[in-house]
Amino acid sequence: MEFLGFSLPSYGWSTVLGSAISGVFLGSIYALVALGLTLIYGVLHIINFAHGALLMLAMYAVYFLWSGYGIDPYLAMLIVVPGGFFFGYGLQRLVIGKASHGKDEIILLVTLGIAIVIENLSLFLFSASERSVLVPYDLDGIDLGVTYAVYPELAALGGSFLITLALWIFMTYTDTGKAIRAVAKERQGARLMGINVDHIFAVTFGIGVACVAAAASLLVPTYAVHPQVGSLFVLIAFTVVVLGGMGSFVGALVGGFLIGVTEQLGRLYLGESLGVITISVIFILVLLFRPTGLFGAKSG
Amino acid sequence: MLDLKGLCAGYGQMKVLHGIDLTIEQGEIVALLGSNGAGKSTLNNNVSGIFQPTAGQILFEGQDITGLPPENVVDLGIVQVPEGRRIFPNMSIRENLELGSYRRGKPRRAENIDKVVDVFPRLEERFSQLAGTLSGGEQQMLAIGRAMMSEPRLLILDEPSLGLSPLLVEEMFSLIQRLNKQGLAIFLVEQNVMQSLEIADRAYVMENGSIVLLGEAAELIDDPDLKKSYLGL
Ligand SMILES: Nc1ncnc2c1ncn2[C@@H]1O[C@H](COP(=O)(O)OP(=O)(O)OP(=O)(O)O)[C@@H](O)[C@H]1O
Ligand SMILES: [Mg+2]
Repeated sequence: MEFLGFSLPSYGWSTVLGSAISGVFLGSIYALVALGLTLIYGVLHIINFAHGALLMLAMYAVYFLWSGYGIDPYLAMLIVVPGGFFFGYGLQRLVIGKASHGKDEIILLVTLGIAIVIENLSLFLFSASERSVLVPYDLDGIDLGVTYAVYPELAALGGSFLITLALWIFMTYTDTGKAIRAVAKERQGARLMGINVDHIFAVTFGIGVACVAAAASLLVPTYAVHPQVGSLFVLIAFTVVVLGGMGSFVGALVGGFLIGVTEQLGRLYLGESLGVITISVIFILVLLFRPTGLFGAKSG
Repeated sequence: MLDLKGLCAGYGQMKVLHGIDLTIEQGEIVALLGSNGAGKSTLNNNVSGIFQPTAGQILFEGQDITGLPPENVVDLGIVQVPEGRRIFPNMSIRENLELGSYRRGKPRRAENIDKVVDVFPRLEERFSQLAGTLSGGEQQMLAIGRAMMSEPRLLILDEPSLGLSPLLVEEMFSLIQRLNKQGLAIFLVEQNVMQSLEIADRAYVMENGSIVLLGEAAELIDDPDLKKSYLGL
């Protein structure tokens, strides 16, 4: 096989399928990170540049809960998800909302500033070295025939699915979820119905960070933690969100899986280092040919 | 019920309202008339707590509510149907109505939805349709229905007849009268002078942020000044 003049290795279909399946597992975590990003974008109309830094912070939290208290990374979800929610709520209510005075361009700079502060503080406090959680079951798994899925991969897929389902139920059936959707499109109308928009903004930001915290729990068993780990994921999450359509729930999910699979196939055919480029290529192609994304509303 | 005393308000440096005195009694329909840019919506939004007055007082049943945030104004039963409807376009009719009782009337949500549907049968046919796909008239009905869900005690209507066909305007005004007959106090902000005066008990006329004329609606209908400035007679 050839690609742009390079000759590509040829693989049997089972290798390709196996690679694609591991892309689905990876993609489910991308989807979760992107879900938080797209929710915050859809409601607050801002791009949260601190998203990656918050993911990194949550990964450290999971790591230290394990190394300090022996808490299993998946069990840690019970702590870091609520913790992430309250952290995000406070961050929006006390810092981002207050500092931005309602101006979107300032909010952008504020989240960027928060990202820089968190990343450098982590570098200072935790050093640049990689840390890994060792779980006894990280190599155990299930034989799927074409590929062998380890438990952390299955947990990533199952966990992302359950969290997405829970979030969908929350957004569809609870008053707070409905208020979030109302505020996304009609702030003034929401205010007049007695919906406290500042509170809803903070709740939304909190949910976004909670998604990131859940993703952190699912990642840590297979992914090393270091102060820069967030920037890789946030680039991918941006690509997912742009691909799926800014603010689109379904788009974040489909986009997450598409990117995950593409990345794994890219690695298979182009090698570890070149494979990651496929994500950036998709990003640019989407911006060129379908800037509203796959599921995004046509901008008026 | 509602008392505005020397209310001044504006946007940043720009002054819009220059000392408004206005009262609404229990059970009344009070009309506020005035041309574009007079400051009518500014007044509403200061009462609703969206903006903070720069001077003066807003009293509701004797209680000072000046500067109260919107959710607490709604708590008291002062509910506004804003200019331009401002329904939630991305949500279904049912969800729009449900959110009307986000703050008030939640325990009787299901009963109140039935009541709103009795008044606006057209909404029920489209219950799961997205509100953004409704016609202008239907959106206005939804906006009023949504406000009714919060069991208001004082309903503020900002130009409810705007953009409606003459037939629908008739329907709208008779609906307002019906709601009022059920005991609801109504503050009706309108440019539709004659029809408003026909259903109102009293009226105020605003020009450039000041009240220039007030009185019984029945008397204002024959007022020569009003005729001159609004009907070109
Ligand atoms: N959000 C705002 N920011 C700045 N200025 C505003 C704002 N809203 C209204 N104004 C200005 O305040 C003045 C009064 O506007 P307002 O909307 O209260 O008038 P109105 O009587 O409701 O007019 P209309 O009948 O056209 O709705 C106008 O000069 C308008 O430009
Ligand atoms: Mg107005």
